Amino acid sequence: MWADQGAPMASGFLIRKNQYYDSVFLMGVNRRIAEVKGVQQSAVLMASPANKKLLAAMGFQDPQIDAAQPADLVVAVVAETPQIVEEVLERLDEWLQSPAEKTPESRLHRLEEGLARKPNANLVVISVPGEYAAREARKALEAGLNVFLFSSNVPIEDERQLKELAARRNLIVMGPDCGTSLINGVGLGFANKVRRGPIGVIGAAGTGIQEFTSQVHNAGYGVSHAIGTGGRDLSDEIGGLTALTALDALENDPRTEVIVIISKPPGMRTLEKLLVRLETCRKPVIGCFLGVSPQGTASHAHLRVVRTIDEAVQLAISAVSGEPQASPLSLSAEEREVIARERARWSAGQKYLRGLFAGGTLCYQAQQILQDAGIPVYSNAPLVPTRRLAHPDQSREHTVVDMGDEYYTTGKPHPMIDGTLRRQRILTESRDSEIAILLLDFILGYGASNDPVGELFDAIVEARQEVQRRGGWLTVVASICGTDGDPQDLGLQARMLRDAGAIVFFSSARAVLFCSELLRTK
Amino acid sequence: MAQSFAELLDSPIVAINLGLKMFAESLERQSVEVVQVDWAPPAGGDEELADLLDKLL
Repeated sequence: MWADQGAPMASGFLIRKNQYYDSVFLMGVNRRIAEVKGVQQSAVLMASPANKKLLAAMGFQDPQIDAAQPADLVVAVVAETPQIVEEVLERLDEWLQSPAEKTPESRLHRLEEGLARKPNANLVVISVPGEYAAREARKALEAGLNVFLFSSNVPIEDERQLKELAARRNLIVMGPDCGTSLINGVGLGFANKVRRGPIGVIGAAGTGIQEFTSQVHNAGYGVSHAIGTGGRDLSDEIGGLTALTALDALENDPRTEVIVIISKPPGMRTLEKLLVRLETCRKPVIGCFLGVSPQGTASHAHLRVVRTIDEAVQLAISAVSGEPQASPLSLSAEEREVIARERARWSAGQKYLRGLFAGGTLCYQAQQILQDAGIPVYSNAPLVPTRRLAHPDQSREHTVVDMGDEYYTTGKPHPMIDGTLRRQRILTESRDSEIAILLLDFILGYGASNDPVGELFDAIVEARQEVQRRGGWLTVVASICGTDGDPQDLGLQARMLRDAGAIVFFSSARAVLFCSELLRTK
Repeated sequence: MAQSFAELLDSPIVAINLGLKMFAESLERQSVEVVQVDWAPPAGGDEELADLLDKLL
């Protein structure tokens, strides 16, 4: 059906009962519909309560949508003419079939069927919507399987119960909201291709694990296992249940020689519990605690604490190689020359940094480095509450934006999967006469976009041209998190960035340090 | 197959992927044995009813 809302726009929607598709698949369908000439807005969603709110915000309010169930598909289109709306909706089956689906339909629809098909399974990867995830995870644990729980929005009480159940059964729940793990060299969720080696990782932050393990690989070392815990695990509500299970396992794992914990600072009671546990740990443990916490930032007798991922890499490699490593957070003479050259090109009014991040942890770490350098920075995911942007879309002075934040990703693909939102924001920022530096991160690996740089290439070039037209110069600084084994071709991605005019780092912290020096020498 | 986490760290992964297909595809690319389950919300989306059914079955 469609309804004419008066010139020059028309809109319409349709509902398919009991036709369920996963959100990533539907985002792909939506992206192709959005490319149709004359389509102004579109949504291809399951009719969950959250998605119905999105539809209402687009102007789609209808008793049929109200009555739709989470297993019903809704397609809504706003276009220039009723004909376009009608054509798009009529071609729905084509849209749903045309994507290059590599995996044929499995014909299995319930966890129990999966268990029957694979009686030798030892792990369940769960990425169903949050409100259903705990139920499925519980069933998996009761069947004796370990769980990687990617789903977010799982109530914290459910998380605690699941982790207690797992502990009773000597199993683990990695998550909820677990982006990354590397188990036996296999990447789960979003993960890079990393060689195996003696460094064990326990991580509450997905992109934090990716950045750490990629750097370890790029330095010629390797990772035994990287165990994701989910972001809330070290809070006092959960008490580090997964981290402690992971610690026991890595302590007993013959491959692992040093253990690195990457997280926001733990809750006070959890930190105390962790420190007591570490008194008897037979292996050295490094805590990389990102964020502000006077308690968490001090080193302890059994826990060496650092505040950046790069320092954690340095310490871990020192521990396994027995050789002290050079401090990672310093700039070379050549890099300082580049700083002088870039700065000389800025026009008088250019003074601010604008960072657009795909990796939440990297955005957080960036603020910490800038703050330590005495550079105040605003964010939609601020390190300190007083630096919160009034609106995520409106930068102010020095700003770094976590574009993987809920505000940007509700009903839309994460910037690690799709560059559309970052592309738009790059162009918006380039029109601000005060912008001097554009800072970007690119995350490669399994699960991520096939061509993260390619998606933003034109926008970077256009942004630089826009600033040059005004008589200024845009310094573009980019970091790539990835390895030579990743499917995207690390070397090619770096070359493309340089072709677009960016200064490239293989460490987010070093890219930010470079920016802070650019701003400080002003 | 019931297997403790410590044992998992010493065994080849055999996975059931419940939800996003891209994760099953990533595992296949890494030559991991995986079965995809095309999950859909239970019982027309009624979670309480689904919990009740779980208990009865």
